[in-house]
Amino acid sequence: MKTDIVIAGVGGQGILSIAACIGMAAIESGLHMKQSEVHGMSQRGGAVQSNLRISDREIASDLIPLGKAKLVLSVEPMESLRYLPWLSENGWLVTNTTPVKNITNYPDTEEIITEIRSLKNHIIVDADKLAREIGSPRSSNMVMLGAATPFINIGYDEIEKAVKRLFSKKGDNIADLNLKALRSGRSSSSSRL
Amino acid sequence: MEKLMLLGDEAVAKAGMDAGMSGIYAYPGTPSTEIMEYVQNSERASAEGIFCQWSANEKTAMEAALGMSYTGKRAMVCMKHVGLNVAADPFMNSAITGVNGGFLVIVADDPSMHSSQNEQDSRYYGKFAMVPVLEPSNQQESYDMVFYGFELSEKYRIPVMVRLTTRLSHSRSSVKPEASREQKKILLPSDPRQFVLLPAIARNRYKYLLSVQTDLERESEISSSFNKLLDGKDKSVGFIACGLAYNYLMEIMNDHEMDNPVLKISQYPLPSEKIEIITANCNKVVVIEEGYPLVEEMLRGFPVVNEKIEGRLDGTLPRDGELNPDHVAKALGIAVNEGPPVPPVVKNRPPSFCAGCGHIDMFNALIQAMERYGPGRVFSDIGCYTLGALPPYDAINSCVDMGASVTMAKGAADAGLHPSVCVIGDSTFTHSGMTGLLDAVNDISPITVLIGDNCTTGMTGGQESSATGRLEDICIGLGVVPDHIKLINPLKKHHGENVDTIIKELEYKGVSVIIARRECIQVTMRRKKQEKTYGNNRNQPSRKI
Repeated sequence: MKTDIVIAGVGGQGILSIAACIGMAAIESGLHMKQSEVHGMSQRGGAVQSNLRISDREIASDLIPLGKAKLVLSVEPMESLRYLPWLSENGWLVTNTTPVKNITNYPDTEEIITEIRSLKNHIIVDADKLAREIGSPRSSNMVMLGAATPFINIGYDEIEKAVKRLFSKKGDNIADLNLKALRSGRSSSSSRL
Repeated sequence: MEKLMLLGDEAVAKAGMDAGMSGIYAYPGTPSTEIMEYVQNSERASAEGIFCQWSANEKTAMEAALGMSYTGKRAMVCMKHVGLNVAADPFMNSAITGVNGGFLVIVADDPSMHSSQNEQDSRYYGKFAMVPVLEPSNQQESYDMVFYGFELSEKYRIPVMVRLTTRLSHSRSSVKPEASREQKKILLPSDPRQFVLLPAIARNRYKYLLSVQTDLERESEISSSFNKLLDGKDKSVGFIACGLAYNYLMEIMNDHEMDNPVLKISQYPLPSEKIEIITANCNKVVVIEEGYPLVEEMLRGFPVVNEKIEGRLDGTLPRDGELNPDHVAKALGIAVNEGPPVPPVVKNRPPSFCAGCGHIDMFNALIQAMERYGPGRVFSDIGCYTLGALPPYDAINSCVDMGASVTMAKGAADAGLHPSVCVIGDSTFTHSGMTGLLDAVNDISPITVLIGDNCTTGMTGGQESSATGRLEDICIGLGVVPDHIKLINPLKKHHGENVDTIIKELEYKGVSVIIARRECIQVTMRRKKQEKTYGNNRNQPSRKI
């Protein structure tokens, strides 16, 4: 069992929290894990990604080879397409629809969505809307993690536990909101499978 | 003991504390910053009195660490690859003085220049100084090598380098820690002149360094887990893989059930016996190394055309940039099944200033003030403000090394360019800009120094800046005429007056300093959030000891 995941977004969108939750759940499930992150200059509003690898056997490379990712999980629609060369033949692309338009030549969002729809396996979630609905607009990253859980080979309970553990440092209320966000994302994508 | 999920950087930091280091010295620099930060954020550092403050630059950090080693205690100094250029003087000479307490030089290289101005390979510095270099391939080795490195350093009484690269520094995996060791007690060097590099003493010290080279190579030969030779049935090709590159090779070999001889190199000087075995037993050898082709060049010898050796020099692997499993697969003749191409609708998203950043207003004022003089007159430096080179600003014309803006502006001014301007950050100024300013003052070189003072070391994540609140005093102390030290507040509402101030100083035919002071927006936001959580009572977790 090997699950390679590319998590994508724009610097500051909280992709490392997503990676931390999956990583924690993987370790609790007794799996091996490697996760490479982007620090430094590109964090300033640039394109960022994290390569997350989970396996029941030891993992060699910190980087995912091209065409091997079972999941591209993106919190921004254009960023989801940037990592297509890493997506495996039967892999899934799960993305948020809310664009981050911090560049002057940002394309028409419809064009991006059309590209995403042309892929065999995709899930498009308006995570920002779902996050607002549960009263926690800042939890859209956890909505996206929830939407991706059906494609991560880890028990959903373990992921819930990890989210709870990660956010309980910031108070029970915040942990509860993030769990709500996770569930909302999960039911949104599960209903479409 | 419980396994921990650690970045390569964090594994080094944790190992340092566990191995009984008494102090860590560093100047922030991607990808090395998190080493010091991990120690600073640990409760242990304060409880056990482990010194962990940022230094003004890598040279002062290296010298302070050497001083701690002089007392017999274990010390670590950390930096990014280009930081070692700054610290090259004490580094080269510490190999001659030798050390007393264990002395580790941790250098994080940045192949592919994710956050750097070059991709130099620090292993050359290790070879140059003739000290052992340890090059971990994973997070566990990063941890283990700190323990081993301290012991090696104390056994031969010389510095030991640990070389990381970005991908390992910033990649997380599980690490199993060892039982903690006690810090060493002060025990001064038995030879009171060991560190006195007068020529007569230095010659003897150098002979000592030369004399241990054979022993160091033996250590590389017998350290079976770091340098290991794995046999394989298919001798048509063997592989020598250094540090992190070993992982990419294993990824491909495991996936394709290949069975070739492999020599993993993680400790230098090179183990010549093991290299002889693999080169003699295989028809050809592919050398896979992250960084420059150091090992490959040594194996090729002269002339470099050597049909038996393949690597970065003959195009088997790319000549530049960071390696990845796909490069290695291609070098092994294995097809890569790439996913769909990136559609043209995807645009580049380069880094940019944060919304509300003071540098934006500083550059807008500077651009307007410079309009009458035309382009090509602004030298700049290393930091967030280097983004001023990108559109829509296109405001700066150089970024070379820490502090070079001041001295390049001076040289251009000496050549007759007026106005000649430099833009430098507060932390970069205290790192290496002050001495250049002294040169300009002494020579009355007409330059305008614009210090973008965001009261922090911003680019690397907001570490303390050496001289926050004291920049004016420093400039006065260096001899800048107080009337030509101006303070501006880079805010939109002050744009007009800021432009006027800059124009006045541009016209001045002497050294003037304009300090554009506004706290980094990231630091402001973080502080406000912390105040909200912990209140203003300062009962918040302290990062200082």
